[in-house]
Amino acid sequence: MSLISLVDIYKHYEMGQETVRALDGVSLDIAANEYIAFTGASGSGKSTLMNILGALDKPGSGDYLLNGHNVAHLNQDQLAEVRNRDIGFIFQNFNLLPRLTALANVMQPLIYRSLPLRAREQAARIVLERVGLEKRMHHLPNQLSGGQRQRVAIARALVTRPSLLLADEPTGNLDSATTRDIMQLFDELHREGNTIVMVTHEPDIARHCRRVVRMQDGKISEQYWN
Amino acid sequence: MFTFIECSRAALISIKAHGLRSLLTTLGIIIGVASVIATVSIVQGLSFNINQQFEGLGSNSLSIYSYTSFDDQLRGRFGRITDRDLQLVSTRVSGIESITPILSSRFNSPVRKGARSTYGRVIGTSETYREVNQLFIEQGRFLSDSDNQSRRRVCVIGVSVRDGLSLPENPVGEYIEINNEWFKVIGLAEAKGEMLGLQQDDIVLLPYNSMQRLNGNPAELDIQIQLTVQNLDDMPKVSEQVQQLLRKSHNIEGDDDDFKIQSAEQLRDSISQITAAVTLVMGGIVSISLLVGGIGIMNIMLVSVTERTREIGICKAIGAKRHVILLQFLLESLLLCLLGGLVGLLIGYAAGAGIAAMIPDFPPAYVSLWAVALSFGFSALVGLVFGIAPAAKAANLDPIDALRYE
Repeated sequence: MSLISLVDIYKHYEMGQETVRALDGVSLDIAANEYIAFTGASGSGKSTLMNILGALDKPGSGDYLLNGHNVAHLNQDQLAEVRNRDIGFIFQNFNLLPRLTALANVMQPLIYRSLPLRAREQAARIVLERVGLEKRMHHLPNQLSGGQRQRVAIARALVTRPSLLLADEPTGNLDSATTRDIMQLFDELHREGNTIVMVTHEPDIARHCRRVVRMQDGKISEQYWN
Repeated sequence: MFTFIECSRAALISIKAHGLRSLLTTLGIIIGVASVIATVSIVQGLSFNINQQFEGLGSNSLSIYSYTSFDDQLRGRFGRITDRDLQLVSTRVSGIESITPILSSRFNSPVRKGARSTYGRVIGTSETYREVNQLFIEQGRFLSDSDNQSRRRVCVIGVSVRDGLSLPENPVGEYIEINNEWFKVIGLAEAKGEMLGLQQDDIVLLPYNSMQRLNGNPAELDIQIQLTVQNLDDMPKVSEQVQQLLRKSHNIEGDDDDFKIQSAEQLRDSISQITAAVTLVMGGIVSISLLVGGIGIMNIMLVSVTERTREIGICKAIGAKRHVILLQFLLESLLLCLLGGLVGLLIGYAAGAGIAAMIPDFPPAYVSLWAVALSFGFSALVGLVFGIAPAAKAANLDPIDALRYE
């Protein structure tokens, strides 16, 4: 059984008089431990798809099976629970909480799981060591470099042991050397058994992934395997 | 409970992160609470002090004095209490423990001793004055019945009269001049201190009859009667009897008596009514400033929500449910208000104590528990009420929009 199953997903927005067909009948299966990239021009619907995959948004119609559960019609609080349990988000601009240290940022998702402080700290230390930041745990985000910040963000995504790592242009704000490091980390995480879904418009990044899905006008236009 | 602790932690971090802003935000609350506490502490200190003084006055005493309405004054009719009334009350009213006349002086001349003079309240009275007023004699003796019978020129004085005239420590045997007549000091009354800012030790007590002679013109005699009742519970009954008797003897038929009967209890009640009213009015005025402070808090919290839209989005993306965000912002505004309340409490108490200490002879400030509880409760209420709108706004943000917010 596949980890994710999207069935006939439609998402239309009303923008004044016009209807924007952000997603126009997308069906897709993603198996566990896949390494998959969505590419496409801006406005192709890849971000909307990402939001739906990340349970931030609900599809207009269609079904989204995650681990066999249909999450397409849950309410906001139930979606929050799904995000906390199954999704690890990694954003282009890192989205760390600016007033919290690296360690506290990584501990944050576990608060919503009602994990006691000590267990949270222990779990956060382990993942921060995994991403190579054992020496920067008590720094605030603005005391860290871009690459380090993204590592904190990755650690935060990993700490909940999610079913799915969801990375939206994870290297978009990084220089090329750092990009290489971060992509290497993703490759390693994939080898360790994580399922990684990435949105990118850079062919170099997409090349790291095993499977590339090209989007156009809210539809899947092309798929290939590296 | 877990959520509650975590949200308080987050709220505290946020308050600390914006130290100056938090301080300025709570300034309204601080000032509000400080003024409530300062005002209430001063007024409460005053009334506490008054109550204590009344304890010593003896709450089982009644005074009867003449009263002339303004209308009657215009007509030239003045109410009087006379010897006859004293006789009537002391013989016909039951339940009286002791009764004494008080005859005030009709002259204004000071008390003299040689070249020195001082102000003294010269009162003519009988030996029962001592029981009614709980007056104790420190040196010598009190006025006796025979002093009165033979109109002796003797007096009992208070300590401030002794000091004012530079009499020796034990003034018994000295002579002082009252309204151009010489009186021998036979006793010194124990110091009583002040009450309501009134000096109580400036008395000069003469035998009733001697005083009457000093005053002259007995036709215009107007005295006060003080009495104590045997049983405190009988007070209303005694008061009623006295009223009936005097109305009959003064041939009063209308509603307006030409005398008043006042108990120490009544005086105390009316004073505590005044202080309660002052407390209430001041409290009302300053609670408006708390309200204004609350609006300030809401304003800043709304700004804070807007400013932290992105953070709220992040928290929601990594799994924060609505009630967690709601609780965090609500707790933040609650904590702000409570901190403001605490600071205000300290400042208010310090201000109250400072003001009370600066005014001479003013009783010390007294903060009652209810004032503390009330101002804290009110601060908390302000925090909750004015925190709801911003917190609800934060909780209902759409995670996608919030994440996209610049």
